[in-house]
Amino acid sequence: MARAASPARRAAFTALAWTLALLIFFPIAWTILTSFKTERDAIANPPVLVPLVGGADGRPPILAGEADDPAEDATGGPEAGARSPGGPFFRATLENYRVVQERSDYMRFLWNSVVIAGGSTLLGILVAVPAAWSMAFVPSRRTKDVLLWMLSTKMLPAVGVLYPIYLIATFRLPLGGGTFQLIDTKPFLVVILMLINLPIIVWMLYTYFREIPGEILEAARMDGASLRAEIVHVLTPMAVPGIASTVLLSFILAWNEAFWTLNLTAVDAAPLTAFIASYSSPEGLFFAKLSAASTMAIAPILVLGWFAQKQLVRGLTFGAVK
Amino acid sequence: MATKASRTAARLMMAPAVTLLLGWMLVPLVMTLYFSFADYRPLRNVFEPWAGFGNYERFVTSSAFWPSVWTTLVLVGAVLAITVVLGILLAMLLDQPIWGRGAVRILVISPFFVMPTVSALVWKNMMLDPVNGVFSHVARLLGAQPYDFLTQAPLPSIVLIVSWQWLPFATLILLTAVQSLDREQLEAAEMDGAPPLARFRYLVLPHLARAITIVILIQTIFLLSIFAEIFVTTGGSFGTRTLTYLVFQRVLEAQNVGLGSAGGILAVLLANVVAIFLMRIVGRNLDA
Amino acid sequence: MGRIELKGVRKAFGEVEVIPPLDLAIEDGEFCVFVGPSGCGKSTLLRLIAGLEDTSGGHIEIDGLDMTDTPPARRGLAMVFQSYALYPHMSVRKNIAFPMKMAGVDAAEQARRIEAAARALNLSDYLDRRPGQLSGGQRQRVAIGRAIVREPSAFLFDEPLSNLDAALRVGMRMEIGELHEQLSTTMIYVTHDQVEAMTMADRIVVLRAGRIEQVGTPLDLYRSPRNLFVAGFIGSPRMNFVEGEEAGRHGAHTIGIRPEHVRVGEGPWRGTVGVSEHLGSDTFLHVHGTGLAETITVRAGGEVPLRGGDPVSLAPEEGKLHRFGPDGLRL
Repeated sequence: MARAASPARRAAFTALAWTLALLIFFPIAWTILTSFKTERDAIANPPVLVPLVGGADGRPPILAGEADDPAEDATGGPEAGARSPGGPFFRATLENYRVVQERSDYMRFLWNSVVIAGGSTLLGILVAVPAAWSMAFVPSRRTKDVLLWMLSTKMLPAVGVLYPIYLIATFRLPLGGGTFQLIDTKPFLVVILMLINLPIIVWMLYTYFREIPGEILEAARMDGASLRAEIVHVLTPMAVPGIASTVLLSFILAWNEAFWTLNLTAVDAAPLTAFIASYSSPEGLFFAKLSAASTMAIAPILVLGWFAQKQLVRGLTFGAVK
Repeated sequence: MATKASRTAARLMMAPAVTLLLGWMLVPLVMTLYFSFADYRPLRNVFEPWAGFGNYERFVTSSAFWPSVWTTLVLVGAVLAITVVLGILLAMLLDQPIWGRGAVRILVISPFFVMPTVSALVWKNMMLDPVNGVFSHVARLLGAQPYDFLTQAPLPSIVLIVSWQWLPFATLILLTAVQSLDREQLEAAEMDGAPPLARFRYLVLPHLARAITIVILIQTIFLLSIFAEIFVTTGGSFGTRTLTYLVFQRVLEAQNVGLGSAGGILAVLLANVVAIFLMRIVGRNLDA
Repeated sequence: MGRIELKGVRKAFGEVEVIPPLDLAIEDGEFCVFVGPSGCGKSTLLRLIAGLEDTSGGHIEIDGLDMTDTPPARRGLAMVFQSYALYPHMSVRKNIAFPMKMAGVDAAEQARRIEAAARALNLSDYLDRRPGQLSGGQRQRVAIGRAIVREPSAFLFDEPLSNLDAALRVGMRMEIGELHEQLSTTMIYVTHDQVEAMTMADRIVVLRAGRIEQVGTPLDLYRSPRNLFVAGFIGSPRMNFVEGEEAGRHGAHTIGIRPEHVRVGEGPWRGTVGVSEHLGSDTFLHVHGTGLAETITVRAGGEVPLRGGDPVSLAPEEGKLHRFGPDGLRL
């Protein structure tokens, strides 16, 4: 900026931007807030907005910056009906998180998500790094076509290949005495999601590698480095930021993938997408528990996403917008 | 620009990625193509390997087909319009000197990282619910009658949810593009006496044209295959059945594989039309 | 030792032949400069010698051994790149040590050679910095240091000074020259700047479109350019060329005369001064309307009182005229 904007102008833009940003963020914030309410508070009308921590036994209520563990203070469980403090206040509770974990075994879904997203990312990187090295540093006339063809596989609608994949997944492989199916197994989903994200991983790495001057790799060659030494000692250390961003984005995309994970899992391999989908039919009062479950499903990835936001542009536009 | 030795190494190192993707694309697609010409209903033990174009004919003439195409077009079109227009405005706003831009950026981008099943459920229950949703609270506060969004206006509701998810993407990409605009160009235009609106119209918008195209194409690819948002909200009822969802129902719910495969091939063709344009743009960028 | 001989070396990218078969011998200890306009194939030729490109034909011999198919790492050469090509994630010390690490030189010897190189190149205070924290000139020295410690049989320089500003370039030119004096190792130096070529080279190879136009010492090229291209390329400002009747008078198709060989004063050529560039020590006059060529450039003394629009008469030094035939070759 060559000129400093006038403070009034800046304040007006700031106010407008923050208002809109908070509006956009509101559903997430509201979900997180509701996850700390009792089911009764969650459907209070008018809604209760301000969480209190502790304070049930005559101590002055403290505005909650962070939710401590209120369960020890609560007289009976929230389900038993801890009395609301009235007004826009409610007493924060971690009860929902406990219930969600107990009732639907959150940790198992979380573990599945971690394994599937992590596994597919790792596998994808292992396959993509050599491919991206080749295309970035030893381009041939066909390199461009290969890259575009890889991109085209990403555009294949999933429904176009749904049944064949389903058929392969449900095929009974003879194994030992019994039979074995790929459906609802983590390795199968790891491979499927790796294939789905492979074009993006290759493209992202390719755009990062292309920014590394070829002369540096040539210098290594002149300095007596073998191909392996060149990749291990020179290329990889220089590409660490790019590889890290790629890992992050691939992990996020795999974590949130909801077509194949919903259609190819049932119980054993079901990740968090399926865990949340099981909340789609309401059962009694469930807003607070839904909120807790949702918060647990998105929190890890939201934080990762904040770190990855800049790389998102490069990764998802295939380097066409910089 | 390399030696024979490095070219050989390069080919070897590319082989795994190419082989995997080739298998991933070719094998299932050929199978789908094959099934689309067969009468295949596994639950009824029907398998007639050659049914000609019967499946295509039945899929296209079924009463569900044209409404699903229409629904798809409305969903994609409406979400594109909303996200692109609001995205441009938001990007312009975020490009201004504001306090806490980093934090604002993080808030705005967040919905993109929410998994589709979560955002659909949160909107369905926490926002749009006619009794306890935030929207109904607000309506009552203003003295209006709460509105049952998902029953009364199911498609607009899904448009709303999907737009919320994709607005951050459009904004982020457009913001990146806005920021790459040469400041001196804008200052030169100011010196030439162009008012802000004219600067936007003649400098900013043309500069954004390419980014806008990219946003439209990439979103279209993803929007054509929207699934989870419909799956957990309306389940495809009330006129929210898109082509993708229709194929899903035919293949997995009704287990009419032949019919569904014909639909799948049609969906592939539809996506290809968009893909070709996108690849042209990206390909041109590769030469630069 | 470092005698490099190219025998019928040829390079084609697909259908395009960038270097037609070419023979050249570079003697041990020689400072040889490849010069030519951009795209003349000089860098490609250097990369062929380095082994970074395959030849399409012919042989490359280093000290009598055929190295045509030897990978770059085993040719015993060191290269300094235009962009310096330092490893950004390594300190200066590690950058310089890298080739020795790859060659398995023991630690004590590594330290000794690093110390020596750092002292010679004035880098002792910067050994623990990253390349990103150095100035352009320092980076250039690190790149040279990395080349020195390999103790190569020849150094290859690919336009090493083109990323430096004018003042630094002059300084580095001297340093590289001194380095050559000290080491007396063969150096092949690629540049598009004929001033660098003239000041540094023992021998200059002028290239155009992959062909050698002339090989010779700087003064050879200056005094007797073999053809119009070399005549125009070597020397600054450029040689004046005159065709037609005036050339015919000297029995040539084209005559060339350098600006420093035209005197202002009574003479056969008359014109009007256009732009005059006063450099202090010299004045370059661009004279129009002579009827000989569009512009005749003249180097006059620093205090010539002529200005734009003044009429002027010029006298070429007859003995310094270069005469060329219709095929462009020197007569």
